[in-house]
Amino acid sequence: MPQKLPRKDVAIIGLGWTGSILANELTDAGLDVVAVERGPWRNTATDFPISYMQDELRFRIQHELFLQPSQNSVTFRHNASQTALPVRNWGAFMLGNGVGGAGVHWNGETWRFLPSDFVLKSHLTQRYGANFIPADMTIQDWGVTWDDLEPHYDAFEYLCGTSGTAGNINGKIQDGGNPFEGARSRPYPTPAMKQGYGHALFGEAAKQLGYKPFPQPSGNLSQAYINPLGVQMGQCTFCGFCEWFGCANYSKASPQTTILPVLMRKSNFEARTECEVMQINLDRSRKRATGITYVDSSGEEWEQPADLVLLCAFQLFNVQMLLHSGIGTPYDPQTGQGQIGRNFTHQTVSGALGFFDKDKYNFNPFISAGSIGMCIDEFNGDNFDHGPLGFVGGGYIGQVQTNGRPIQTTAVPPDTPAWGSKWKQALKDNYLSNINVGPACHGSFYAYRDTYLDLDPTYKDRFGRPLMRLTIDLHDNEIKMSAFLTDKYAEILQKMGAKQVVKQPRKGPYDITQYQTSHLCGGAIMGDNPGNSALNRYLQSWDVPNLFVQGASAFPQNCGYNPTGTVGALAYWSAAAIVSQYLKNPGPLVHA
Amino acid sequence: MYQLNRRQLLGSSAVWLLLSSSAVRAEIVKGGLPWKPGAADPPNPVIFDGWKYFSPQEAATVEAFVDRLIPSDDLSPGGKDCGCAVYIDRQLAGPYGRSEGYYMSGPFQTGTPQQGPQSSITPAQQYRKALAALDTACRTKYAGKPFAELASDQKDDVIKGLEDGSLKLDGVESQDFFKLILKDTQTGFLADPIYGGNKDMASWKMIGFPGAHYDYRDWIDRHNQTVTLPTIGINNHPNWSP
Repeated sequence: MPQKLPRKDVAIIGLGWTGSILANELTDAGLDVVAVERGPWRNTATDFPISYMQDELRFRIQHELFLQPSQNSVTFRHNASQTALPVRNWGAFMLGNGVGGAGVHWNGETWRFLPSDFVLKSHLTQRYGANFIPADMTIQDWGVTWDDLEPHYDAFEYLCGTSGTAGNINGKIQDGGNPFEGARSRPYPTPAMKQGYGHALFGEAAKQLGYKPFPQPSGNLSQAYINPLGVQMGQCTFCGFCEWFGCANYSKASPQTTILPVLMRKSNFEARTECEVMQINLDRSRKRATGITYVDSSGEEWEQPADLVLLCAFQLFNVQMLLHSGIGTPYDPQTGQGQIGRNFTHQTVSGALGFFDKDKYNFNPFISAGSIGMCIDEFNGDNFDHGPLGFVGGGYIGQVQTNGRPIQTTAVPPDTPAWGSKWKQALKDNYLSNINVGPACHGSFYAYRDTYLDLDPTYKDRFGRPLMRLTIDLHDNEIKMSAFLTDKYAEILQKMGAKQVVKQPRKGPYDITQYQTSHLCGGAIMGDNPGNSALNRYLQSWDVPNLFVQGASAFPQNCGYNPTGTVGALAYWSAAAIVSQYLKNPGPLVHA
Repeated sequence: MYQLNRRQLLGSSAVWLLLSSSAVRAEIVKGGLPWKPGAADPPNPVIFDGWKYFSPQEAATVEAFVDRLIPSDDLSPGGKDCGCAVYIDRQLAGPYGRSEGYYMSGPFQTGTPQQGPQSSITPAQQYRKALAALDTACRTKYAGKPFAELASDQKDDVIKGLEDGSLKLDGVESQDFFKLILKDTQTGFLADPIYGGNKDMASWKMIGFPGAHYDYRDWIDRHNQTVTLPTIGINNHPNWSP
């Protein structure tokens, strides 16, 4: 039997970006808040020290800061006729662990989605007709609009100090920014980052081809910054050890560098680390959460009663927690009924290798940063006419190479032997003069009836709970889109002066061993009624109104941008609804 | 204020340990940002003082093997002199060799290639079996000589046979072993020299990577120029204090 702890106003599951934001907003509202975190406490000075953080083997290849599959993994299959097998070591995505969550190891790309992305189904139906959308595609509108979220995007960017060039301020298009973005209320808090040679050259070539390139919005700061909470950040030093690493320099936006120094000093907040939540407890009606039960690292079980429960884990684990807790109805792909696990999506990324004359081009790829780079947005969302193309969706295209770390910066021309002196010569000849972005084309991944999450019947975690089962594959629509985006990117590489371009469009079948961003989305989506969503427009559970579920699990489908900006905006939007509406009158904020 | 059992209050840092039995411990963090002197966990430099996993015979085979994957030439010393075999030895003796942290619960079933590796065999076990089988195969083919005693072109023929699968090893998938040892060798060669496989930063000097610097602000605007900073590793970084 778990030992019962004294009641708290709010219990938060997971202390990453969303847990930190919600904790800070709700403690400001006077509530007594506890956050329970599966992983360890993490602190810049001791966990990401400048003396040894620049270690590719330890932190990238061997994943030291991440959840280990032995703690909790997932199983994967392409379709319901296959047997799902466990992911024994991470590949297609990386799952964070510990205080700060994915906010520790991300690159810092801080994008906003397009206004049309939030009304995707209505927008596409209106422009192209309902028959243009593939029959098995289950995209839908979000239930929130750009106008709802704009102030909250702004709040998240000012928290982070995001560096960028605005493209649209209150409807006025700005030179040098992204002209396709929705109208923002004010400029970015800090100017855009400086660009390396390869990034700048991409911008010039894109401009010559008639595009409107702009600097990627960056959570690595172009200058020192003090955020509205009074927390100070430093200027990015272009060290090239950003994604997979914690920032030693206090210049990458993370809970550690933006919120925790304030939150942790509040008397009405506490964090419990190395404690894994087993379930959200419900009362007999199963319509009200009574708190959470967790296990500490000695195996001791604790019950934490709370009036309000906030599920702030990573997307997969949010869905898993709902299923383990018996909240909502599991999705059934046969009938299309049930909401938990539905509309699971990822990101359709692709790129091309560009090899340049080594005597003319030295890109110094190691001088870089997580969210440096120049991008174009002409082929994102519905910024272009899909009518003649036969697919929907798109993505930004950019020279956003983040590093030249040697173990993984080994691209050589395709005919090169894999070992021996010829391999060494090719490595030497191409290291400084090739461009290998990886996700140069950051394509959308729309939702399908046959792509979903449920509990695996065979494989268990260390507590004996079923692993999450991923049933996911690439569909023709995304494969066509990826080929289209990759061709456009390759044209720009040619214009930059590449002597050889090797296109690498995303193709099926989905490969769990190939890294494709950690942007897993959906499975507990938001929407305008309980028949099409797990959560209402405020991220409140339709089934259990004193439960709010944060993060990308709420995305009805994934767009052609990195998700964190939208995750942050939704967290502020949800927090505002809790403080201004829910606390005054606890209960459903939207009546079904 | 409530009492959690076995709670200990540690001074003013307000970190309470919920237990003390395991390496990582549940904590309550409250009242400030905890910071513990000496809590950082720097890597231990590999200093060769004998083989930790390989037998002398296995070590001889691996040293000969890595010296063909990364031959000594005008560009750099060979894999043996760079320490790639030492790197692999230390990796196999550590968490990597034991597949520590991997999901290693059964059942182990064969799936599609896209479902990823599903073997219950650890890298350390795989090397042990494959190195023995490799020497057996070489002795059969080359008049009783083990791999390490073959001429360079014979070694290269054997490696090509593993690479394309034409040389079979008893009880081991030869192509799987080739991929494993190639990945480990190149990883050690290109990793920080602190791990033993990139002696004197040979690979970094070869390709033009200046190493473990943390500040390129003076260089970000100097497009298309050769960086003239000295090459450094973690343990000769100016901020290094083990």
